[in-house]
Amino acid sequence: MDFSELFKLSGLLGRFSPDGKCLASCVQYRLIIRDVNTLQILQLYTCLDQIQYIEWSSDSLFILCAMYKRGIVQVWSLEQPDWHCKIDEGSAGLVASCWSPDGRHILNTTEFHLRITVWSLCTKSVSYIKYPKACQQGIAFTKDGRYMAVAERRDCKDFVSLFVCSNWQLLRHFDTETQDLFGIEWAPNGCVLAVWDTCLEYKILLYSLDGRLLSTYQAYEWSLGIKSIAWSPSSQFLAIGSYDEKVRILNHVTWKKITEFEHPATVTNTKTIVYKEVEKSPSVETERFSFPPTRALASSVFSTQSKYDISQVPVSFQYIKPVADRANPKMGIGMLAFSPDNCFLATKNDNIPNAVWIWDIQKLKLFVVLEQLCAIQSFQWDPRQPRLAVCTGNSKVYLWSPAGCVSVQVPTEGDFQIVSLCWHPSGDSMALLSKDNFCVCYLEREELCRQIFP
Amino acid sequence: MGDWKTVTVPVLSSDSKNIFQYTSEKKISPPNMNSQVLRLPLPSSKSMHSFFSAFCTEENIEQSISYLNRELTTLGFPSIYAESKGKELNLISIINCMNELLVLQHKNLRAQEEVEMQHLKLGSDMDHLQNCYAKLKEQLELSKREIVGLQERDRQLQSKNRNLHQLLKNEKDEVQKLQNIISSRATQYNHDMKRKEREYNKLKERLHQLVMNKKDKKIAMEVLNYVGRADGKRGAWRTDKTEARNEEQMYKVLLNDYEQRQKQLLLENAELKKVLQQMKKEIISLLPPQKQKPKERSEDGPVLSDLEEDIGELNKENMWELSCETVREQLTNSIRKQWRMLKNHVEKLDNQVSRVHSGTLNDKDVISREDHELETEKLELEIQQCKEMIKTQQQLLQQQLMSPCDDDTTLLLQDCYLLEERERLQEEWRLFQEQKKNFEKERRSFTEAAIRLGLERKAFEEDRGAWLKQQFLSMSTDYKQSENVTTPSAFIGTSDQDNRVVNSMSQQKKPHCMLSGPISAESCQTSQYISHNSFNAALKKPAGDSKPNQWEESDKEETE
Repeated sequence: MDFSELFKLSGLLGRFSPDGKCLASCVQYRLIIRDVNTLQILQLYTCLDQIQYIEWSSDSLFILCAMYKRGIVQVWSLEQPDWHCKIDEGSAGLVASCWSPDGRHILNTTEFHLRITVWSLCTKSVSYIKYPKACQQGIAFTKDGRYMAVAERRDCKDFVSLFVCSNWQLLRHFDTETQDLFGIEWAPNGCVLAVWDTCLEYKILLYSLDGRLLSTYQAYEWSLGIKSIAWSPSSQFLAIGSYDEKVRILNHVTWKKITEFEHPATVTNTKTIVYKEVEKSPSVETERFSFPPTRALASSVFSTQSKYDISQVPVSFQYIKPVADRANPKMGIGMLAFSPDNCFLATKNDNIPNAVWIWDIQKLKLFVVLEQLCAIQSFQWDPRQPRLAVCTGNSKVYLWSPAGCVSVQVPTEGDFQIVSLCWHPSGDSMALLSKDNFCVCYLEREELCRQIFP
Repeated sequence: MGDWKTVTVPVLSSDSKNIFQYTSEKKISPPNMNSQVLRLPLPSSKSMHSFFSAFCTEENIEQSISYLNRELTTLGFPSIYAESKGKELNLISIINCMNELLVLQHKNLRAQEEVEMQHLKLGSDMDHLQNCYAKLKEQLELSKREIVGLQERDRQLQSKNRNLHQLLKNEKDEVQKLQNIISSRATQYNHDMKRKEREYNKLKERLHQLVMNKKDKKIAMEVLNYVGRADGKRGAWRTDKTEARNEEQMYKVLLNDYEQRQKQLLLENAELKKVLQQMKKEIISLLPPQKQKPKERSEDGPVLSDLEEDIGELNKENMWELSCETVREQLTNSIRKQWRMLKNHVEKLDNQVSRVHSGTLNDKDVISREDHELETEKLELEIQQCKEMIKTQQQLLQQQLMSPCDDDTTLLLQDCYLLEERERLQEEWRLFQEQKKNFEKERRSFTEAAIRLGLERKAFEEDRGAWLKQQFLSMSTDYKQSENVTTPSAFIGTSDQDNRVVNSMSQQKKPHCMLSGPISAESCQTSQYISHNSFNAALKKPAGDSKPNQWEESDKEETE
């Protein structure tokens, strides 16, 4: 495993291009495009204000930078560095911005969610979508980029509009039986749209592409409901993580629950493997001490090595009960992700913040639990194989695959607290992002096998 | 014992007291039988004398005798007096009476002993029963106390149960109440939210209007030059046609997805059906043949026949293509039935095994493993033996057939066979020779008879000639007298005689049909013939009278 040196970063804005050739990163108001393999700067763009959001177009030819404070979106071209485009929303303000799947339209959500403006880079046409819903995931594109679903709210009722992305024609417009729509997400096959309600109401609705309601699922009433959902890559399963610390899996044939995954504080099943991260005491050679201590020495002294031990079942985890009188409590299943081969599901129970639970979907059983020393910040699956990368806010990156798991210390000088990570589309490398820096980690093909802790 | 009468003997006044005492003692005896028993049977030797002297003294001998006599007679004994009213005592009768009394005494003693024994037994039984009774009473007391205790506990538990139920009900009520509260609050919040949202919408509208009205020139897009579309095509107007096309596209996508899913499901279905069919076949093969135990399967009888029909039906190829409700149901039902049968069968086998292990093997149908093994061993031995036998026999046979042994033995062997035949032939030759002899004898006799016949005929002819001469001579003289009557009769008589002779001869030779005329020549011929064809004739079974026939037949055969 090779690590690059640290580079500056701001706002956790480090993104690989969809074709995998470039890596875009932002430092304040500068956008830096690097080559993935050499990390040499290919392009350098300067924007008008601090960049809050960047996004590559689907063909990797353009990149947009959104500056919400100024209400400006700037688009840069990689082919023609001289080309520029600036979209100014003016007094309408800007809250969110994203590309359309064809890479030629930009959808800006104005302040207060007054409207969504569709700016075209090809023509002079502008489209407006009125009454968009002010929710977390209000816009969803199908994987093939043909259709777009937009959540709307009119007269205190929720609606969903389906648009054809090629000409922005309104295909379907239907109301949903939700109290307060929280999010929408397309299934990877593009035929089913999942619509779920606010956490006050556990309700998820499944709509077909032509607007018919296929099914409704409600696990229970009154308690806090859905926190996160994830579709399996084959569209066979829909995993729903809720505030009651359970994940419910629905199947695509009957849309009924096939199983429930519980996340208890104590794991007793003997077939589950629990990897516990333990610290290895560093070996310090006292002769090499000098005053003042060099940076490298300091970092090596203060950074502790860690390794994984297999804990004997039954294992108890550190369980945190959140304060009852706060909104959006830190409980329930906050993160859900399916592996790309559809075999595993990684979850995180916010009540047990140090553990990642990996479920075997073929057997519908708990497979592995990774118990870390610090709270999990984020995890992501390798886009090509069942390999999970986890970061916990320290300078280590943890990799798990069915063969085993490994903890790797990023060799850096100074502090590097990895807060987020992002895989390269090919799965050969990943970008580790911290608040101020980022580094790129290159993985060799057979890397994991050699370094596996059995 | 206390039924002795009080007898007053007026004379024995001095002894009467004793007697009274005696009898009264006896009367008192019942309550204190035990003690009395000890005392009663045999008074001690000391008292005996006094007792005896008390009863009879020299003064009252006669009275005592008469008294005794009376007593004895009343008891059924014969009188001790010699005569009915005499005073002479019959000694024999006295002795007899005494003996009788002794015997009676012994009997009584024995009876008494028995009674005492029984008395003891009954006493001990009584004790035992009393003890049992006491124990049972104690047990009863204990049980009653236990029952009371348990009842008390039961009452306590029931009251606890009731309390818990009450608590549960309370909790449920509370939960229900809380839920009601929550729902009412939720509706209130929703209502408030809606109100606020409406207000917010109004503000948004206002703001939107203001923003739009301002005609902010800033809201614009500055772009160096417009970029071509991603797919290189030109933009198209939005028309109805495009709308229709979009709809069509959407439905195509949906249908594609459904078709794919259906294909997958069909594949899965087909595989599962195959698996079910295999399972069914295997289950059928595992089940025992149904002919053996029709009784036990009486309930499944009609089911079986249905099953067989079903099996026949469902095994048809085209049935698998159908996925209609009934076929599916049939399949699943048949599999369920068969699985149930298999389960029963396995359970039965388990029971049998357990019974064998426990040793209570009564069922004839079940053969224990050891017996089975013994049988198989025996059968195997038999088979082995038979095989060996067959082998040896085969070997011997082969030896015989293909034995390239030396000439002597072969000749010997051959000779053996020929010897047998030769002997047989000799036997037949002997027989034939005998027959030949017999025949020769007969022929000789026959020829003699024939010669005799010739001679007689000659003589007859001469006589006839002479007679004719005579007749002729007489005819000429006695023509008118009597010639018709005698000649025919004479002729008849002679012809009859001849005939009779011939007949007798022919009777003798009746079987010899062709014998006439030159008999001797023929017989010579036949004798010659016989010598040539001895073999053939001998072979034919010789019967005494039918020899010539055979010869004739052989004659015919030869000519043929």
